[in-house]
Amino acid sequence: MNVLVLGEHDNVELKPQTLNAVTAARQLAATQAGSTVALLVVGADCAAVAAAAAQIEGVDKVLVVDAAHHRHPLAETLAPILTDLAGDHSVVMAAATTTGKNVMPRVAALLDVQQISDIIAVIDGETFKRPIYAGNAIATVKSLDAIKVITVRTTAFDAAPTGTAAAEIHTLDAAPVGSSKAAFVSAELTRSERPELTAATTIISGGRGMASGENFHLLDALADKLGAAVGASRAAVDAGFVPNDYQVGQTGKVVAPQLYIAVGISGAIQHLAGMKDSKVIVAINKDQEAPIFKIADYGLVGDLFDVLPELSEKL
Amino acid sequence: MKVLVAVKRVVDYNVKIRVKTDLTGVETQGVKMSMNPFDEIAVEQAVRLKEAGIATEVIAVSVGTRQAQETLRTALAMGADRAIHVLSDTVVQPLAVAKLLTAIVERENADLVVLGKQAIDDDSNQTGQMLAALLDWPQGTFASRLEITDDQALVTREVDGGLETIRLTLPAVITTDLRLNEPRYASLPNIMRAKKKPIATLSPEDLDVDIRPRLEVLRVDEPISRTDGVIVADVTELIDKLKNEAKVI
Repeated sequence: MNVLVLGEHDNVELKPQTLNAVTAARQLAATQAGSTVALLVVGADCAAVAAAAAQIEGVDKVLVVDAAHHRHPLAETLAPILTDLAGDHSVVMAAATTTGKNVMPRVAALLDVQQISDIIAVIDGETFKRPIYAGNAIATVKSLDAIKVITVRTTAFDAAPTGTAAAEIHTLDAAPVGSSKAAFVSAELTRSERPELTAATTIISGGRGMASGENFHLLDALADKLGAAVGASRAAVDAGFVPNDYQVGQTGKVVAPQLYIAVGISGAIQHLAGMKDSKVIVAINKDQEAPIFKIADYGLVGDLFDVLPELSEKL
Repeated sequence: MKVLVAVKRVVDYNVKIRVKTDLTGVETQGVKMSMNPFDEIAVEQAVRLKEAGIATEVIAVSVGTRQAQETLRTALAMGADRAIHVLSDTVVQPLAVAKLLTAIVERENADLVVLGKQAIDDDSNQTGQMLAALLDWPQGTFASRLEITDDQALVTREVDGGLETIRLTLPAVITTDLRLNEPRYASLPNIMRAKKKPIATLSPEDLDVDIRPRLEVLRVDEPISRTDGVIVADVTELIDKLKNEAKVI
């Protein structure tokens, strides 16, 4: 079976999540001899991305659609490209990022396929495991469709190594843009010197207990010491302490760093769903009954406004 | 402008679910059920569009068992004008739900469909995008802001890096994210009034849609649970454990 992976990028760099999706694609390709993995890059002036994609181990070829009207690809313009390529590929795959989640169901419906969302394991060519109910149950599902459309939970697959390979790059014709009913207007992206949440090895998240957005500087100070990313619970985002892209949880970002420090987070099911696969979990909360302590490896009961400065100082 | 809003009955978000002992699924008998929280946001948005004089009618739709009518009553109590129930006693997967909704949108000549971005039971996050594809409509997913003027929708979307704003030409599909609005509680008079609002019941056959599942669920397991942790006495002990026991700093 030939697997097509949607490469996610900003026309400059490939997003690290694509590397996790390639590993899942490779596992799927390994279930049948002679299978190949192709990576699709759609963008504008994106030659550097294509070159980087060609160096990913396990990618047999890179397909590139490079045109000015693909500078900000939308589901409406990406889906037909993926759908056309599904003729040569029996699996179409993407990381379960907001981009993958936006475009892949559109592809699946155009192909009359029931998508398999957020896979965490490949059992065989048609059987997968996926979390349901915020990860409180794991379903093993078998796809009855001839073409598989899949999104990949990136925390469940290692990043494919890169730098050694040299896959062929094929440039595809960019179909002219029709009368589009959707148009990109603007993006308001959070700029940060810190690692991206989904790629960070250490994450410090704050919850309602932080009490204000200003208090997040206490987490920043600690994050600087540990080279960590800063995240938040839904309660902190809803309260306006931090922007939406900080949110870790069932419907926000799913993370699995080496170390996750939850500060002033009670531990609602929806938050736990986004971080309980972290290797080591630390909980700092003044309420010793908080559910977060049930999944923490190390719990510290105390006032975060005392604990955080002390932690920053002693590290 | 006619607005369709899709709602799903799910296990309440506060319930700690249990996997059935025969590993065929999750226990839903005797468990508190509610409207999927993202769908409440969708209903709220549709009702606000009507209150703003943009929508002329709000139609709530649900696919599911007889009990799905309770969820539709909630939508009616929140302010939807009428409801359509597609009755099915078996699980209907997102592609089939999207096909059923497509048929209803075409029957009703709706101009806008608002749905939750994801149901908190199967966590698929597919139906809205699939519906948009089947209708060949543009989509504004994970919306945290929606502004409608004439035949255009300006949608601000919550994306991994922050926010993105797109412009759609109506008709369109919108899926809601958490920050779009805060859903109202239905007042008692509105709950009483909702009892008199009409719910039409259709079958998948009426809509000529094959709802047979394309994903076979082989088994459902409990996730691997974490081993019990320890409570440390102070910051010094925490740092020591992280350095020397866990070796993560």
